[in-house]
Amino acid sequence: MTQAVPTSAVESPQLPEGLQGIVSDWSSDQRAFKNVPWGKAMMWIFLLSDTFIFSSFLISYMTVRMSTTDPWPNPSEVFALTLWGKKIPLILIAIMTFILISSSGTMAMAVNFGYRKQRVKTFVLLLITAALGATFVGMQAFEWTKLIVDEGIRPWGNPLGAAQFGAAFFMITGFHGTHVSIGVIFLIIVAIKVIRGDLDHERPGFLTGRKGKYEIVEIMGLYWHFVDLVWVFIFAVFYLW
Amino acid sequence: MAHVEGQQHPIGIYLKIWGLLFVLSTASYLVDYFHFQGYLRWFLIITFMLMKAGLIVAVFMHMLWERLAMMYAILVPTLLLMVLLGIGALEADYTFFTRGVFFLKALF
Repeated sequence: MTQAVPTSAVESPQLPEGLQGIVSDWSSDQRAFKNVPWGKAMMWIFLLSDTFIFSSFLISYMTVRMSTTDPWPNPSEVFALTLWGKKIPLILIAIMTFILISSSGTMAMAVNFGYRKQRVKTFVLLLITAALGATFVGMQAFEWTKLIVDEGIRPWGNPLGAAQFGAAFFMITGFHGTHVSIGVIFLIIVAIKVIRGDLDHERPGFLTGRKGKYEIVEIMGLYWHFVDLVWVFIFAVFYLW
Repeated sequence: MAHVEGQQHPIGIYLKIWGLLFVLSTASYLVDYFHFQGYLRWFLIITFMLMKAGLIVAVFMHMLWERLAMMYAILVPTLLLMVLLGIGALEADYTFFTRGVFFLKALF
């Protein structure tokens, strides 16, 4: 396990572009995904499978919502908050959206500074991303508490209308929140690796024994942006419908 | 030229996309705030949603600069979800119809 396995991408000088490029990449009898480290290709394939999981949730939610004969609780009112004596619709969710988008912005910049080998900047940006992610999860915990304790919403029923509301809400936002929480842990691990200089000195990782490289920041970034991406869909179809 | 590792783009492009995502999010929030209804609401929500998703995947996730083989391998399979969406909608309409019939019978 001490020997590091090379992880660098294939560097071929001239690769055909366009459709011809697809055919030659896939038929090249070695690796189909040129110019990307395998870890990044694997993260993309994992994210594709995760897309199918979240889509299954969202499509089941759509099916359940379209087929119920009871009125669906109005998310605009359920998720309203009273601020400064005024009731503002959906404001909590809007703030959560902005926090998650900002964390995506800092993540993208962390990836960029990582490839420029600016260790401290990358570390700080990763920590800001993790902090924003943790804030998001905290607000979600607040939202769940409000719904469970104050509004009496349960997965099997609620006083506001269609019984399916709770099941869909807790399943979808719960799964998304789990992804964010795992992402925060993942971010802190990568941040520690960055500040310790593991990536600059290509130290083997504790789990895989592969050489440390700044591409792991980008791979982490892919996961984080995906979490933001899923939220875009949840925000649109669950909260704005 | 020095050895180039990974994706390197000017910081400015990330800041611009970040700003654009903020604008689009505000716009989709305003759709709810101003109580747009019906097809206009749906059109606006879906447009903003797809624009935001596109920007995140293309720029933040660097899909724009990947080779076509990678792009197609990841993006084309997601089109299958349209089939699932269609099946879900058909099934939901049918369930809604049978429930309507059932509950109507219960009244008599």
